[in-house]
Amino acid sequence: MTSSLSIFFATILTHNIALTYILGMCPTIGLSKNTKTAMGMGISVVFVITLTSLVNWPIYNLILVPTGSKVLSLLVFIVTIAATVQLLEMLLEKFAPALHSAFGIFLPLITVNCTVLAVSLFMVLRDYNLFHTLVFALGSSIGWLLAITLVAGIREKLDLIGDIPKGLDGAGIVMVILGILALGFMGFSGMVDL
Amino acid sequence: MSRTLFRLIYTKPYALAREGIWRSNPILTAAPLGVCSALAVTNRVSNGIAMGLAVTFVVMAASMITSAIRNFIPQRIRMVTYMIIISTFVIGVDLFFRGFFPDVSKALGPYVALIITNCIIMGRSEAFASRNRVSFSTLDALSHGLGYTFTLLVLSAFREVLAFGTLLNVRVVWAGWTNWVVMSMAPGGFFFLAIIVWVARSLQREVEVADPQMAGAIATATTIAAAAPGAV
Repeated sequence: MTSSLSIFFATILTHNIALTYILGMCPTIGLSKNTKTAMGMGISVVFVITLTSLVNWPIYNLILVPTGSKVLSLLVFIVTIAATVQLLEMLLEKFAPALHSAFGIFLPLITVNCTVLAVSLFMVLRDYNLFHTLVFALGSSIGWLLAITLVAGIREKLDLIGDIPKGLDGAGIVMVILGILALGFMGFSGMVDL
Repeated sequence: MSRTLFRLIYTKPYALAREGIWRSNPILTAAPLGVCSALAVTNRVSNGIAMGLAVTFVVMAASMITSAIRNFIPQRIRMVTYMIIISTFVIGVDLFFRGFFPDVSKALGPYVALIITNCIIMGRSEAFASRNRVSFSTLDALSHGLGYTFTLLVLSAFREVLAFGTLLNVRVVWAGWTNWVVMSMAPGGFFFLAIIVWVARSLQREVEVADPQMAGAIATATTIAAAAPGAV
């Protein structure tokens, strides 16, 4: 029914996980001060989401479903995500220390990021096979990376101008920027069907 | 009468309650936590109330259990422990909604399961329940949950009136009203949360100038919230 290409583009443009499903907001508010940090966080999220959904799919379809314990899927997913992130951090520290110092600090934050669990949940909800899961994970995380980098870029320029009202400092102005971005992305609707 | 009131106000439970509901309100203070679900499910008041009560229940139960076993959790795996406790209760809440309130469950969709990653619950477990007695932890969790529910209520009331013209499915607008349907979708949520945060912060800042203890509370909330997600 849905081809991988349409899933990929839909998750970036029309069903963007940050601008349509409003997930992954806490890091967006906290880490979108400059574009470098935002890109770093976004790229780590791409790695983590792709890896964890590729690990969660076989666990769900090959272990949980045949044994009839679908009710435990939430618990198993979150523990798998925590374990995978921990493992990734340890491997990075050992084998790629430059990469580790570049985005290692974001990894513990990503474990509690809504986006990671949400991708696994959507994979279960929409019953994707392994290849569709990979495409969905890649697309969603690249869409999130796009959203947070756009917000960071706009915020950098706003900081140059200054003059943000005091009550809107921090979270408020990020919400306004996200709202305008979301309105803009709504213009893509109907382009691709999920 | 005023002596009892005096004695009541200067007790620890009152301080905890005041802290959680207004002064360190999880969404409205300097470091907003739990905004994902706040924005996504507040298109109708019934969904907002359901989500708020669900989060309050989970944060209370998780804080209770975490506080009860706080002396036995090894330092290295405490985050995973909190997650296991929280996800057990969230599975329970999910099944409860699916069984007894199926239309609410369908409206909330996957966001019930995403209560696990709600920063408020993890933040409370890490910052308070892992260090304090069961009674205080429960009260603290209850007050933060109620603060969250209160914010959701306000947000969803505004959004539902503007987007559908109803409040809990009771029509409250005049005959010639056109619905601002965008308010029920993502952009409306973002704009409205910005307005509510602006109003709340301005109110808090006025008090901050007059009340230095309040400024301390905001500073504490910021540091706790900053420490909570970063510590594994």
